[in-house]
Amino acid sequence: MDRKKTFRTLIDLFVTFFKIGGFTFGGGLAMIPLIEKEVVTRKKWIDEDEIVDIFAVAQSIPGVIAINSATQVGYKVSGKKGAVAATLGVVLPSFLIILIIAMFFTRVQDNIIVKNMFKGIRPCVAVLIGSAAVRISKTSVKDKITLLIALVAFALVLFFEIHSIFAIIGGAVAGILIKALFPDKSLNAEKRNGGNGK
Amino acid sequence: MIYLKLLITFFKIGLFSFGGGYAMIPLIQSEIESNNWLTTAEFVDIIAIAEMTPGPIAVNSATFVGYKTAGFFGSAAATSGVVLPSFILAILVSMIFYKFQNHPLKISAFYGIRPVIAGLVMTSTIFIAETSIFKQSLSLEMLMNLLKAPLEVIDIPSVIIAVLALLALVKFKVHPILVIFGSGVAGIIIYSLI
Repeated sequence: MDRKKTFRTLIDLFVTFFKIGGFTFGGGLAMIPLIEKEVVTRKKWIDEDEIVDIFAVAQSIPGVIAINSATQVGYKVSGKKGAVAATLGVVLPSFLIILIIAMFFTRVQDNIIVKNMFKGIRPCVAVLIGSAAVRISKTSVKDKITLLIALVAFALVLFFEIHSIFAIIGGAVAGILIKALFPDKSLNAEKRNGGNGK
Repeated sequence: MIYLKLLITFFKIGLFSFGGGYAMIPLIQSEIESNNWLTTAEFVDIIAIAEMTPGPIAVNSATFVGYKTAGFFGSAAATSGVVLPSFILAILVSMIFYKFQNHPLKISAFYGIRPVIAGLVMTSTIFIAETSIFKQSLSLEMLMNLLKAPLEVIDIPSVIIAVLALLALVKFKVHPILVIFGSGVAGIIIYSLI
């Protein structure tokens, strides 16, 4: 890749993640619908399967999920420089907004207009995350076994409040065991999946 | 030196937080209180502000604490501190992943991990719905109330906004950022009227 093109990609990564960082309300997982729309659908930098893997890794390693995801996407798109561009992009909006609040309005949370705005944003975020869940299910739930894994993870986290990292480790163990015991079944699923991925 | 202290403290917070978001709050609180950087009331304010502003709560609190303790450079030091562990670890993991991209063990592990992520995103939908669309948290009792007196469990304006957001998103393919923006405006209008 020539220099100019690389530079343009870096700027593109920075701007994209700046946009994502500026509109992620409700923490880590709330970022998923935005990353999907920008990185998978619009820019086509990575495909749906890869982005799900990135979210899985982001939740399994220590640190801030938003930064873990941005760094991985940036690295995948254009190496270490890409990782720096995406990470700076995703961090800067919160940094600047909090800086302004800390400097000027410390009691912004008591403002009625701000409160009403967030009452409006919250149900919207629920819808956004819900639709991301549907899209992720379409690519990751390919057969009865994966459907069962998804339902068990859902129930364990929702009703028994187990930590998401244990759900992910459990999923990995289940995947390895199933593939070792029934090699054909999961192989077919991978093939089918390869066909869907264009 | 205060900048170095902020950097190291928030590096520690970034490094030892698993699962992100609210999992970090107790850790941040104990570090802040043991250093006497903020009062408990100020810390509660930060959480409220972090909930209301975009971006990761860890970054929000790092920036806020850094600024209150040592001005602009303090906020830069604290924010860099909290970002660096995630950044370094994510790069290391990406590098390792490139090497083992087609390793059978990796493929079979992710065959099991991907549906877990689908399940996790589904639970996170419900957690957020519990703070907006539903007035009570999900339980058997809440489901009974939903049948008996739906209006006491469901927040009607939230449902209206959710339905509109869903339509905009699925039917009219509006960009999620515009949908978030529109919902904010709808919230200001609807909740100011009632």
